[in-house]
Amino acid sequence: MANDLECRALVKSYGAFTAVSGVSLAVPKGSFFSILGPSGCGKTSLMRMIAGFIEPTAGEILIGGRSMRGVPPNRRPANMVFQHLALFPMMNVADNIGYGLRRRGMAKAEIARRVGAVLERIDLADSGPKRIDQLSGGQKQRVAIARCMVLEPTVLLLDEPLGALDLKLREHMKVELKQLQHQFGTTFVYITHDQSEALVMSDQVAVMNAGRFEQVGTPEDLYYRPATPFVAGFVGDSHRWGARITAQAGSDLRVETSTGLALRASAVVPLAEGAASSVFVRPEAIEVRVADGRPDPAPALADVNVFAGRLESLLFNGANSRAMIRLARGDLIGAVLPQNLLGTRLGEGAAVEIRFAAAATLAFPAGGDALGGDAP
Amino acid sequence: MNAPLNPAASGASAPREEGAAARRLSFILVFAPFALWIALVILVPQLNLFFLSLREKVGPQVYVLGPRNYTELFGESVYVLTLVRTVVMSLLATFATLIIGFPIAYYIAKIARGRARTLLFMSCLLPFWVSELVRVFGWMLILRETGLLSRLLQGLGLVDGPVELLYNDVAVMVGLIYTSMLFMVVPLVSTLDSLDDALVEAGYDLGGNGLVVLWEIVIPHAKPGIVAGAIIVFMLNLGNYLTPTLLGGKNSQWFTAQIYSQFITRFNWESGSAFGFVLLVTSSLIVWLALRASGQTLSGTIGKG
Repeated sequence: MANDLECRALVKSYGAFTAVSGVSLAVPKGSFFSILGPSGCGKTSLMRMIAGFIEPTAGEILIGGRSMRGVPPNRRPANMVFQHLALFPMMNVADNIGYGLRRRGMAKAEIARRVGAVLERIDLADSGPKRIDQLSGGQKQRVAIARCMVLEPTVLLLDEPLGALDLKLREHMKVELKQLQHQFGTTFVYITHDQSEALVMSDQVAVMNAGRFEQVGTPEDLYYRPATPFVAGFVGDSHRWGARITAQAGSDLRVETSTGLALRASAVVPLAEGAASSVFVRPEAIEVRVADGRPDPAPALADVNVFAGRLESLLFNGANSRAMIRLARGDLIGAVLPQNLLGTRLGEGAAVEIRFAAAATLAFPAGGDALGGDAP
Repeated sequence: MNAPLNPAASGASAPREEGAAARRLSFILVFAPFALWIALVILVPQLNLFFLSLREKVGPQVYVLGPRNYTELFGESVYVLTLVRTVVMSLLATFATLIIGFPIAYYIAKIARGRARTLLFMSCLLPFWVSELVRVFGWMLILRETGLLSRLLQGLGLVDGPVELLYNDVAVMVGLIYTSMLFMVVPLVSTLDSLDDALVEAGYDLGGNGLVVLWEIVIPHAKPGIVAGAIIVFMLNLGNYLTPTLLGGKNSQWFTAQIYSQFITRFNWESGSAFGFVLLVTSSLIVWLALRASGQTLSGTIGKG
């Protein structure tokens, strides 16, 4: 399938500072592509280059196979939903949506017909004559999208449009955005710093850090098969250790953490014995058992890490409840609390055993990770 | 049962009354200078002028009430033409000030950053550090027959002899625009400042060119500032005496000069008062019409600016 948007070795620098350094991407037609990264990672610069508000220092942007070099924003087949939506307060809803069509010199009757059709599609059929400040947050959101979609752009750019909404509405709009994208079948490029927005809605996600793409892949790829320590730390929660490789056979590693734990881990990239490493394990990969002295029904296998510890605290959060477990060496590890333990009398201070597979214990070369410790 | 309640109630209300009295007193004290200013400087003299304008002189020290001062004014075509000319020139000067001031204000509000912004704003204010008289003399030095501009034109070989650039309508216009520019730029900068850059970008992104964005987004947003600036500048122009008189000379035919000559030259206070009142009513009427036409209110424009 053809690519609606392509960037080739895109660079943007401001003096000595490089905001975007050598980003290449290809977004297939009709897909939902997210660029996920912390603030200041260059994602806004990247989006503004695609929209045409800033010129790239080097590299090329193609929209619908056509080079955008020297094409001003008002002539690009890409439209943008702004962070604060930027609906025109001096016009009513219908005039806002019709703005782009009027620029194309379309006949009045045809504009009215198309605006009516798109208003119907976003369930705001009677809201045409309303003022912008008479709309709710979610309605404004839909009008902002409709204002772009009525122009039938090749690519729709969305610049964190859910950031200003409250949590409940944001959850709702995530689903609605995805549905709108399905309905219109347009290519969406969505930038955000919120991993759950990116994971829920996207077909493909690019994780961006310090002006570069760390990894591009499906949400499942990023979550289960992170390619870099940054991605492992930034996407989802993990426990992270600084560690040293003590033995290596293929991708099977034995490492010793800075806290003195001996772990079995899998190398994501080839790592040599003695190398410094960052080791990540996800809370849901850690199994918690009550250490009641009875023999383990599934005896420890060679590729499972088993540690004894004490339950330090229970953090209740519905299905996301956590057990914080203190190991003998002093590590405090969060594990997803199994539902069968939630109801029991398991008190704080109880002796427990945790186990996690070596395959779920990912080792990366040290350094370059996002935030250290538990991810955002 | 009631006995213990009553003293408690009165005990609570007495300090409340005291507090209310204190608040009323402090309100009166704070409000007094403003009220005095309005009453003594504006209301009383205006009423006085109004009564003066309705007095008809029938003999030495003998007056009767009547509209003769007004009928005389409107009966004499020179006076009416002067009024019309003053209004038209003031409107033109206001429009020219807007046309010149808008890009300046846009540059200061939207494009200039940091120190450049402060510097530009200061340079708009700078001419007001010297008196209007000095500023007007400055223009006279530039525009007179032996002035800078005349010499420059001769030096460039564009004209054969000295040219008199003073004492015409253009000179008056230049002076008026120069004098009132700041009062147009300040309200414009403040409204343009509040324009979200994303609106301008969205205007381009959805297919608009510079002209469309200006016309459909920037100007509608700046409308309160435009109206506020235009009202202030128009009032200043209409009531200006020094600039039209000095730069326009005898030909200026500004209405304020007529008022001056009624009061001072002809010592006809009754007629001068009538002239003054006609000017006041005319300018109020035009401002009202302009507000109606632009769909703005006085409190929404000047009040905010």
